[in-house]
Parts: sequence; C-alpha cells; structure tokens
Amino acid sequence: MRVTVRLFARLRDIAGAGELVRDVAPGATPRNVWDGLVREFAPLGDYSGSVSVAVNADYSRLEAQLEDGDEVAFLPPVSGG
Amino acid sequence: MGRPLAAVTREPLDLAALVGSVSVSPGHGAVTSFLGVVRNQHLDRRVTHIEYEAYEPLAVRGLERIIEEAQDCWPEAALGIWHRVGRLAVGEASVAIAAASPHRADAFAACRYAIERVKQIVPIWKHEFFEGGEAWIEGARADPSDEAARRAALDPA
Repeated sequence: MRVTVRLFARLRDIAGAGELVRDVAPGATPRNVWDGLVREFAPLGDYSGSVSVAVNADYSRLEAQLEDGDEVAFLPPVSGG
Repeated sequence: MGRPLAAVTREPLDLAALVGSVSVSPGHGAVTSFLGVVRNQHLDRRVTHIEYEAYEPLAVRGLERIIEEAQDCWPEAALGIWHRVGRLAVGEASVAIAAASPHRADAFAACRYAIERVKQIVPIWKHEFFEGGEAWIEGARADPSDEAARRAALDPA
C-alpha cells in the first residue's frame, strides 16, 4: 500500500522535501515508516525520541495501523507562540 | 460575521477583531487579551525576523482543542486564538488570544492557559533568522494526551 509522508520544520530540511510518497507493507505503522525514513536520511534519527505523529491531520501513535492512502505527518518538537 | 475563534492565518493579526469575536455576551464583565510578539534577541542572538511554519489543518484542530479544554475549566468563558504564519518582522504579533468571562479571574486564567497550551500542542514552528545564521526552534514534544503538561499549563510557574 502507499502512504503520503509529510515532514515539517527541520525534518523537512533534513529530508530535502516536505512531502514524500512511500510504498509500505500492509499493516505497516507510522513507526515502520519512520524507521524507513531514518534509513534514508540518517540525521532524522536524532528525532526518534522526540517526534510526534499525526495520521490524516489528527494526532496518532507510532503504533497505529495505517491504511492505503493515509497521510502520515512527522512533527518535531513544536515552538509556536 | 462568522470569524472563527480558532484560526491560522498569513494576514496580520487584528486583536480588536478577535476581542469583538469573543466578547458577545452581555454577561461578560471582563475581557483579557494576549499578544505574542517577535522579539529582537534570543539566546544572545540578534534576531532579524522569524518564519513561522504550521501543519495547518492539525494546528487549527489544536487551537480548537484548547478552546474546548478551556470550556471544561471555565464554562462561562469564551476564548479565541489566532496564530499567524509566514515571515514576521521584529515587533509583529505572532499569536493573539482573547478571553471573555463574567469576572476577571477566569478571563486571566483562560488567556494564560491558552498560550501555555499553544506552546505545548499546536504544530507550529519558529524558523529564527539572526545576524550570522538561522535555526529552527524546538520546544515541547507535542502530545495532547500528556495530562502532566496540561496540569502545568493550568498552573504555570
């Protein structure tokens, strides 16, 4: 199945793109997607302990089960205000 | 009519308009407001401007969530939160908050709670530009279900 990955702020700078499309195995989780990204873009690994995840623009968990067509967003620590 | 109480916008923030949006009840005897403004220095760096980036649909939901949380704490209060994104010069407002309630204590408390929660859970980031460089600012790991963070926002230091 295929998911759209969204990356923000420094994560986007590291990957060089704010939006990526990735094929993942059925039943994949955001953690599987993230681990794949870390293999592609090693400096993302610095964020493995601090990243938040949203699926289809709603906060979710790294262990959630993804569906085909989902949008998975990875969020570094926030700094609004 | 119909200005949303939670918004992310590229336009300059109009605090008077936000106050007008929250203060609609004749039972409201107090309105407090907060403006977050781009400061000219941070960590001994001379800041020239900040670019704010948002994951917009989730940021709007985060602001709406904060308004709902405030409703639970202060049922008679009305709260509005607008956050600006894009390039902001020193002195420009990045966030505007207004709270109206029958009495001042709840209005102050709701306004303070809102800015603390914005900094905790709303997916917005500062890209700070300063003399000699630039840096992404990273604060809290965003976790809306973190009850300890929520309690801290209710009773900030």
